[in-house]
Amino acid sequence: MLWKTQIPVAIVFAVGMLTLIQWFVPHWPFDQIQVHTTQWFDIIAVFAVILGGLNLLKLQLQKVISRGRDWPYALVTIVGFLAMMVYGFSPVGVPEGIRLGDHLQANGSHFRWMFFNVFTPLSATMFALLAFFVASASYRAFRVRNAEATLLLVAGIILMLGRVPLGAKMTAFLPHFMQLPTVQEWIYAVPNLAGARAIMIGIGLGMVSTSLRFILGIEKSFLGGDE
Amino acid sequence: MSRDVWTVVALGMIAVLTALTVMFLSWGIGNHSVGFGFWVGSVLTLGIFSYLYKDNPFYKFAEHVFVGVSAAYWIAIAYWTQIDRNLWGRLLPEQFPQGGHEFNGFYIIPLILGIFMLCRLIPSIGWISRWSLAFIVGLYAGLRMYGFLQSNIMEQARDTLRPIIVPGSLVDSINNFLLVVGVLSALLYFFFSKEHKGVFGVVSRVGIFFLMISFGASFGFAVMGRISLLIGRFDYLIQAGTPSAGRASVVVAVIMILVLLIQAFKDKGSAEEA
Repeated sequence: MLWKTQIPVAIVFAVGMLTLIQWFVPHWPFDQIQVHTTQWFDIIAVFAVILGGLNLLKLQLQKVISRGRDWPYALVTIVGFLAMMVYGFSPVGVPEGIRLGDHLQANGSHFRWMFFNVFTPLSATMFALLAFFVASASYRAFRVRNAEATLLLVAGIILMLGRVPLGAKMTAFLPHFMQLPTVQEWIYAVPNLAGARAIMIGIGLGMVSTSLRFILGIEKSFLGGDE
Repeated sequence: MSRDVWTVVALGMIAVLTALTVMFLSWGIGNHSVGFGFWVGSVLTLGIFSYLYKDNPFYKFAEHVFVGVSAAYWIAIAYWTQIDRNLWGRLLPEQFPQGGHEFNGFYIIPLILGIFMLCRLIPSIGWISRWSLAFIVGLYAGLRMYGFLQSNIMEQARDTLRPIIVPGSLVDSINNFLLVVGVLSALLYFFFSKEHKGVFGVVSRVGIFFLMISFGASFGFAVMGRISLLIGRFDYLIQAGTPSAGRASVVVAVIMILVLLIQAFKDKGSAEEA
């Protein structure tokens, strides 16, 4: 109980309070807190990324060993993972005279080749694929059923048309203030800003209250289920 | 029958992927082959696009490559930019001078917390990773609480306090009025402690209108972003389809379509037999 629950809650309280205090006491040693703890945060986050990668490898290996559903694809993941790890951490494919680590950006390194010819096509296409699903989602969302849906439809269409040359050409004959690029600019700067600002304030209030709950030990969900 | 065929196809693709990896390791193809990159990029790009037809082995193959490669990619990037420079660079500055830091013994703490984080992989001592998690949660809460208070609440409220009447500019007056009304009414919509009836109901309904315009605008941006990515991928495929790139995308597309067609006919035949 002490090691598994109370100490983590105490760490959250101590670290949270110290981090909060440094905003209001800009003198030594508090002024050093933000400089170094944010670096610590980044370093620990890297270990979390490594943990995620190792966990992925573990799960995929278990799948292959147990011949689970679609196990050959788990093998694909393992080969892809190991190949990128080899190019990322070993001298394989590192051009001469380039230090390991600098090879990530170096011309001619295998890691860079993998980035441009495997990682980029895959990630860009995966997100581009969503364009088709967004199209079908727009059809459902933009079906005019009531005043609110009509507003969403009109705002969305004006914004999209107003930002492409077609929109400007379509309304070129109208007075300037009625042309689509002008109207979309107004929608973006006034009613959209008002709605977005209310959402931002709401998020801010939620963030402040949630942070307080964590620091004060009221919220302990990060400990997992078996506290 | 169909499942067996796809297993063979998948294993074949794994063999190709492994062979490519071995070729890379031994011959260093990646050093000079731009054209070869178009072939790999075309297979993966069209593999992902093949999902538009239906879930199929080409898509699954590309999807699983993506998972594996991207996990290792982010690990490598994170390690070389943070651990190598900021952790080893401070704990062992002479051996790792690339960070340009001086020795700082306090950095043993994130190292220990990082190792605690990895303990999660060992179930018997996995609980110790909670300490690292607690540090991250506490730090993030402390940093973001003030940050959000400043940027999302104070700054937004300050910019909303605009003059309703701007001398000499009717347009600015109307815009400022709409902005103030929009923000206040949309905020009132999120106030759930009072039933949305009467005047309160009317004001919160006005808030919904502003929120809807906001959602419409966000949706428009999302669509435009995806479409521009899509154009980028088509541009890539066109480039990969030129003679200088060995017409990679065209050849790959034809092969993929043929395989999917043959499989579709086989599936249809076996369905009719059944």
